[in-house]
Amino acid sequence: MSLLEIKDLNVVFRQRFTDKPVLRNISFTLHQGEVCALVGESGAGKSMVAKTILGLLPEATRVRSGQILFEGKDLLKIRGRARLKLLGRRVALIPQDPMVSLNPVRRIGVQMDEAIRLHLGHSKDAAKKVSLELLNEVLIKDPPRVYDAYAHELSGGMRQRVLIAMAFSCGPDLIVADEPTTALDVTVQMQVLKMLRSMQQRKNTTILFVTHDLGVVSKVSDRVVVVYDGRIIEDSPVRIIFDAPEHEYTAALLTATPRYDKPGQAVTPVPDELIQRLRHQTRVVDDARRGV
Amino acid sequence: MWSDPGILFGGFFVLLFFLLAVLAPVLSPHDPLDQDLMAGLLPPVWMPGSEPTYILGADSLGRDLLSRLIHGSRIALTVAVLAASFAAVLGTVLGLLAGYCGGVVDLFISRLVDIWMSFTAVLLSVVLVAVIGTGLLSVVFAIGIIDWTRFCRVVRAETLVQREQDYVAASRALGLRPVAILFKEILPNIVPMLLTLFFLEMGIAVVVEAILSFVGLSISSDIPTWGGLIEEGRQYVHEAWWVMLFPILCILILVISLNACGEGIRRLYDPVMHK
Repeated sequence: MSLLEIKDLNVVFRQRFTDKPVLRNISFTLHQGEVCALVGESGAGKSMVAKTILGLLPEATRVRSGQILFEGKDLLKIRGRARLKLLGRRVALIPQDPMVSLNPVRRIGVQMDEAIRLHLGHSKDAAKKVSLELLNEVLIKDPPRVYDAYAHELSGGMRQRVLIAMAFSCGPDLIVADEPTTALDVTVQMQVLKMLRSMQQRKNTTILFVTHDLGVVSKVSDRVVVVYDGRIIEDSPVRIIFDAPEHEYTAALLTATPRYDKPGQAVTPVPDELIQRLRHQTRVVDDARRGV
Repeated sequence: MWSDPGILFGGFFVLLFFLLAVLAPVLSPHDPLDQDLMAGLLPPVWMPGSEPTYILGADSLGRDLLSRLIHGSRIALTVAVLAASFAAVLGTVLGLLAGYCGGVVDLFISRLVDIWMSFTAVLLSVVLVAVIGTGLLSVVFAIGIIDWTRFCRVVRAETLVQREQDYVAASRALGLRPVAILFKEILPNIVPMLLTLFFLEMGIAVVVEAILSFVGLSISSDIPTWGGLIEEGRQYVHEAWWVMLFPILCILILVISLNACGEGIRRLYDPVMHK
């Protein structure tokens, strides 16, 4: 059953005379319980997809057209109270940078409890119990200490665990993870990913995993959506992406990444000729759109 | 906390003045209103021709200067605390709204601040008190209504910075209401700065109150105030300079201490500097 369905999404940057397209005809579907990776280079628009779903678009951007159907309801049309009830409760975010995504002057516990009390209506004590359990679940060694700590007293890995715990705290159906491990070093990254994956499987949560790191993709995802220039290039199961990618850009992206499963393979950047061709296709799409 | 020189120095004097104010009736050697014409313009004890009971001398009506200074600190500190609180609440709420809402709200509040700040503060306060009448609450109101702009500007600027921080985006994604984000997420982050401003504003309020009492627009003249003492001393400055000097010193020390305290508190609570 599909949980989230993005239909023909077009987002633009508003400029003085023209609008610059950021997302072009994005359509894909997330099924209940799957982890879908959204992969692309810097500037491809993958974070914009995440931000559009959560309604956190920067001020200069506008949604031109399209729908984001969450259980059949269009997230783009839900406003006010109904939206606040959905965010955090049904759809949650794991932010990109754990160093700045926690309020520096409030204790971790207070921040965790806030959403639990708001959405689940728990009492103070009940919320604390839930928070401590969650901290335990994300494999934090001393939950009571972390509960009373401030963000600056924790390491980057611990903070990201806290943020993951917060995302799971109200039992959401969908979690949007915006490059959750990019700010962590490689060893910690692996621990956090493993923990995230096992939590996801236990709770059967759907995750949209935004990343530029194909190594991460191979560890956590069931399906991969490749984006370039705000367009979807390929949408395939993870096994196909790594073994027999359908699109040559996906293949080029793979050879541009060191592969641990195929040692000795040469690492070559994405060829210029291919990029030129992709850019040309983008222009064709834009022209066609303007013609309409 | 006490290892910070600003807090140590400033805190000591601020606490001293607060103690003096609270314990004024107990500590003052004389009734501040008791006249003794034989003691008129008596010099402080270390000068020739002084009386040991009039430690800092007496004014032209023979009222004990030390007792009047001690009682004067009550008005100074009351006005400082109340006026600064009033200005802080007004300015912070408007500043948070301007910074967070942006757009028309920001435009309106910011232009209001611009217009407000183009008036000369002291002159405006004199006019305000002249219109709404003298008295403790009028003075507090006049100072607060003029100086909220200081808080508003700084809080707005800081809110603009905090609003773009990822933790605010994260709490928006958690489904917190804008009011909750403003007061629970952003406000705690600007508290150190607010505290600093609050202490600076207390210093300003002390000075403005002294100016208003100097021109006779503050509290009724039977209550001793530092500004009033300076005004009385001004008339006899050639014969008895000490009547004017001591209240000036009091204001000086209190204002410097308040500023040092504010600066120290900022150093103490700034999470960035703390690290």
